[in-house]
Amino acid sequence: MSPKFKKSILVCNGSSCLQASKVNLIAEFQAKLKEYNLDNEIQVVQSVCFNKCTLGPNIIIQPENVEYSTVTKEDIDDIIIIHLLNNKIVERLVYNQVYENSGSTKKQYRIALRNCGFINPEVIDDYIEKDGYAALAKCLTEFTPQEVTQQIIKSGLRGRGGGGFPTGVKWDITSKSVADQKYVVCNADEGDPGAFMDRSVLEGDPHSIIEAMAICGYCIGADKGIVYIRAEYPLAIKRLKIALDQAKEYGLLGEKLFGTNFNFEIDIKYGAGAFVCGEETALIHSMEGLRGEPTLKPPFPSVSGYLEKPTNVNNVETFANIPAIINKGADWFASIGTEKSKGTKVFALAGKINNVGLIEVPMGTTLREVIYDIGGGIRDGKKFKAVQTGGPSGGCLTEKHLDLPIDFDSLSAAGSMMGSGGMIVMDEDDCMVSMARFYLEFTVEESCGKCAPCRIGNKRLHEMLTKLCDDKGTLEDLDLLRNLSNVVKDTSLCGLGQTSPNPILSTMQNFYDEYHAHVVDHKCPSGQCKSFMRYYISEQNCIGCVVCARNCPVNAISGEKKQLHVIDQEICIKCGICMDKCKFDAITLN
Amino acid sequence: MLTICENNVAKIEAICREFNNDKGELINVLHQAQHTFGYLPEEVQEIIALNLNTSLAHVYGVVSFYSFFTMIPKGDHPINICMGTACYVRGAEKVLDEFKKLLNIQVGQTTADEKFSLSSLRCVGACGLAPVVLVGDKVYGRVTLDGVQEILDEYKS
Repeated sequence: MSPKFKKSILVCNGSSCLQASKVNLIAEFQAKLKEYNLDNEIQVVQSVCFNKCTLGPNIIIQPENVEYSTVTKEDIDDIIIIHLLNNKIVERLVYNQVYENSGSTKKQYRIALRNCGFINPEVIDDYIEKDGYAALAKCLTEFTPQEVTQQIIKSGLRGRGGGGFPTGVKWDITSKSVADQKYVVCNADEGDPGAFMDRSVLEGDPHSIIEAMAICGYCIGADKGIVYIRAEYPLAIKRLKIALDQAKEYGLLGEKLFGTNFNFEIDIKYGAGAFVCGEETALIHSMEGLRGEPTLKPPFPSVSGYLEKPTNVNNVETFANIPAIINKGADWFASIGTEKSKGTKVFALAGKINNVGLIEVPMGTTLREVIYDIGGGIRDGKKFKAVQTGGPSGGCLTEKHLDLPIDFDSLSAAGSMMGSGGMIVMDEDDCMVSMARFYLEFTVEESCGKCAPCRIGNKRLHEMLTKLCDDKGTLEDLDLLRNLSNVVKDTSLCGLGQTSPNPILSTMQNFYDEYHAHVVDHKCPSGQCKSFMRYYISEQNCIGCVVCARNCPVNAISGEKKQLHVIDQEICIKCGICMDKCKFDAITLN
Repeated sequence: MLTICENNVAKIEAICREFNNDKGELINVLHQAQHTFGYLPEEVQEIIALNLNTSLAHVYGVVSFYSFFTMIPKGDHPINICMGTACYVRGAEKVLDEFKKLLNIQVGQTTADEKFSLSSLRCVGACGLAPVVLVGDKVYGRVTLDGVQEILDEYKS
């Protein structure tokens, strides 16, 4: 906080809170503060995600760290009068009186998100005040490129985009490629549905990415950087553009940075909605104006990438860690996390969980800590069933995995993966077969079609899963499903196809009884698959009012007036209209 | 349909020039063109191909590859249903079915009166509000089946 201000009001400006609010809360607060003549003492900061998305819009008042939820325009007067002027808590709005001490915050450790929410992303001075660009200055003036690269290697940082490849090693390889031009690319094409950490970093702390890209450029010998960003992220694009202009104005981008001979500039390229472009060779083709299809590696981008020049591609979250590593030292970073996965990881918690939002925890934190201590447990008191990590390429983990320390290797060993950090929690009402089908539907849609296993194999897998959900599956289908999954996994060209059967394989491994129930018992244990449902009319409650028969769109219900009615299961399409219309609760679902 | 008058040709040419008629900038050019015309009909693609000195097949290949680009004009009120995982587990599929039923169109289609078009998208990052529906730029969170008709009614007048 600037010393000039006594207090700060952090208003969450993440997409969820922004959209939950009917008005621009920041502008409303600023206007009101002016009215009360407080605008010189209290500042309003646009912030991102406090991990309470379901309760948005959220604000935090600092330095006392009181958090208010579901704040509307009408609450502003109370917050100013009761809290800011009289130092009392507005009880009806308070989420957690002392945010810092809540279990949610204790288990968290912010490195990548260190500034998100605590600085104004549109003011470069705020970033500089938090040691911003100090790491770049240190690298350029005190170390050789090799020394910096060695520090990144020593820190043990691994790529946060999904692959988990050691970042320093990648830099080292690219630095050794000889060419007249090299490129640093930041992959901000966050396509994993349900994950939004990269967007939050770009919206909340864009300068950290610019600084890290420049450091990377120094290490590998590149003077050009490109951010490849989803066109679906207008706010992130806007903030990034502002940050780029400010950095140029301050001489932190451009020529002869910090009085050295190092030049660096950054351009933006837009994605156009293709999940496969998260794969680095596909991303590079997309930047060249081509279809985003992957190519076989080698050659790796570090040898021949964008415009056939050596290119280093890193994900947003990976870059966000770099300035912190340089400032605090590789040993500090390596002291956090597990043996082979260092540092922290940002996860996007969503699904059937109480606290939806972004969290950052040290590697090695268990799933139980994430789901229960930070996530606040399962919604509506239901029973935990599974958690899908790694998005559509990941797998389902179950109750027996709850005490698994999360890192790259433990997740892979358990049949899932780290991926970009999506974490979707499912409860007892979710059918794992239809969940697998949902993920396959996504892969079928997003497969680029270049290689046959992915293009055709995933389509067939999806058809088989649909068959199971429609009560038409056989035991043979289950064997076929497993075999084909392995074939697709082993023979696909890129990461998309190589991981797309993961949701099937992991659910078959952990919930085989559900698959079995679908084909042998002709039942969907969680009652989600429509085809297995049967509507019945109960003898006791039916008074023969004929309302159900009259409303049935396919005339499946027969019966005389004042007589018991019957549903013909062969004709019934399970639309549920009869159940809605019956005033006597005579229709039950089995 | 969009008729390509000279004025529109000039607009497309200007967009291409803005990117130095560089075919490596094709995706940026298409973004601009779609922003200007709302969609990318064949005629527009032809002029872009000509100006960037590339084949129409290449341009079409790129347009059809990326889900952001469309060759069908959207309705006055484009409806997007988020089918991201978080929305899916909170019932987005049923919401989508309800829209299909009430509008009597499928995903990717536009109603006969050109008022509404229906598409699905993956994750707008508002997972806390799941299931989420967008009409134009306006976001509706925690949409229920009964809420679908209410949303449509807002735009019917």
